[in-house]
Amino acid sequence: MTEPTPMVEARNVRKEYGRVEALRGIDLTVAPGEVCCLIGPSGSGKSTLLRCINHLEKIDAGRLSVDGALVGYREQGDKLHELRDREICSKRAEIGMVFQRFNLFPHMTALANVTLAPVVVKGEAKAAVEARGRALLDRVGLADKVDAYPNQLSGGQQQRVAIARALAMQPKLMLFDEPTSALDPELVGDVLDVMRALANDGMTMVVVTHEMGFARQVGDTLAFMDAGVIVERGAPGDVLSHPQEERTKAFLAKVL
Amino acid sequence: MARPSGTPEDTPDQAPHGPPGSGLRAVPVRHPGRWVVTAVIAVLAAMFVHSITISGLVRNGKLQPRFQWRVIGQYMLSRPVLDGLVITIELTVIAMVIGIVLGVVLATMRLSPNPLVSGASWLYIWFFRGTPVLVQLLFWYDVAYLYPTVTLGIPFGPAFLHLNANTAVTPFLAAIFGLGLNEAAYMAEIVRAGILSVDEGQTDAAKALGMTRLGTMRRIVLPQAMRVIIPPMGNETISMLKTSSLASVITVLELLQAVRNIYSRTYQTVPLLMVASFWYLALTTVLTVGQYYLERHFAQGALRQLPPTPRQRMRQWAQRAHAARGEPPEGSVRRPTASP
Repeated sequence: MTEPTPMVEARNVRKEYGRVEALRGIDLTVAPGEVCCLIGPSGSGKSTLLRCINHLEKIDAGRLSVDGALVGYREQGDKLHELRDREICSKRAEIGMVFQRFNLFPHMTALANVTLAPVVVKGEAKAAVEARGRALLDRVGLADKVDAYPNQLSGGQQQRVAIARALAMQPKLMLFDEPTSALDPELVGDVLDVMRALANDGMTMVVVTHEMGFARQVGDTLAFMDAGVIVERGAPGDVLSHPQEERTKAFLAKVL
Repeated sequence: MARPSGTPEDTPDQAPHGPPGSGLRAVPVRHPGRWVVTAVIAVLAAMFVHSITISGLVRNGKLQPRFQWRVIGQYMLSRPVLDGLVITIELTVIAMVIGIVLGVVLATMRLSPNPLVSGASWLYIWFFRGTPVLVQLLFWYDVAYLYPTVTLGIPFGPAFLHLNANTAVTPFLAAIFGLGLNEAAYMAEIVRAGILSVDEGQTDAAKALGMTRLGTMRRIVLPQAMRVIIPPMGNETISMLKTSSLASVITVLELLQAVRNIYSRTYQTVPLLMVASFWYLALTTVLTVGQYYLERHFAQGALRQLPPTPRQRMRQWAQRAHAARGEPPEGSVRRPTASP
């Protein structure tokens, strides 16, 4: 039996902003259906790595592929050619992303937020997309907020709309960038519930999070990042309970 | 004066010495200065009203009303004035359309990562903002001095069409170029400010959904930028309405030139300038109202509750008046502020 194509495969990925090295050689493999949690102190490169996976940031060296295809580049001979805007866009359409600060489009209703991209990017029929959008909003528990504008929703509700918006594109991979960090504590649970349900449905997810409980319960693997490298990786229970590396121990001592 | 005594919770501002519930009255601070100012304004207003209505003036040995309202009324709707008004509106609308379209293009160019593209935009803005619009109008009027013929064709190659600039560039066209190209420079900066005001996260989210750069600009960034763009854009439009009077210098028969033509014959200079002023004021008022509704439209999603339109405000007021009289309000089914 051959191994299935990994959903995300990073090999020695490097990224620098000016003189600051944000990623210093990342190796990471995420299998289809896997929920991979990234933890680490702020500035350790977790968000940068996530943004590189859907090419919101360009990597400077290494190889990064999603579902077997290089991200943002085409290999020809011994060179990597950057893809055109349109090609990158069709790639990105397969990867959903949820942001720390929701980034809903404030001038559109919840439903319009969800239906915009399938209609505009994929050219799907509006009626079909709208039905799917309503079903998705229902699934995240917001059936009655279809016509609400983002500023009429609480943070937790906004984040659930944002998840529905990403799911409307029927992605094969979902990226979560600290999805609960900007929420009031009592709203975190609703969002985590939605994510848990999504994981149970078999969605491949890469989750940057500070919710250790969620990582332990839902995550299949957990990677601890510090200073642009993955320091330690393994099953969440092992890493959280029996960290091997000094840096992991120091970090966990502070947050747990 | 005794005030009905309330529960202690009702009157928290009471003087600390009075026992709770004793009904001590809170006296607001007096503002005697306001009464003085009010009186002064009232006197000035009365003087002004008197001067524009009853008061008379001896001109050419005859007692006449100071403001010649008859003359003003006679010319307000006269043919040449209305024709001039139409030209003024045409100049304003066309120049603003050119200004806005070119302004959006220049603003996007200015934000381009390509230094040549953004540099070209910078140069344009630098030049057109840096020279007086009156000079630019005169320049376009005399453009035939530099370019006697306008040629359409392949640069340095064969030509398809020759035009005599002297006849092709009419005074009206020169005014359109002068006003529109100048306006574009200002609009570019306004649009750029609007685009920069939109949170970067919006672009991130649109990109992550697979939207192209152009689609993101059109559907996500510009609609949100409009909220920042519209107030100064309304300003610019009102300003353009009045700046278009400069076109009179290059013989365009707009509103100001129309009244100048009349008073150069009749010597009724001041009444006719007032005719023009009244029309400018009327158009400005229309634009102000339009701007209010446009701002309201683009506030969608940015405000939790849109401010009521004057009609909705009237209805609320009527409902409150009804309620005060104890009658059931006629529109009681409607919510207090109807959503758009």
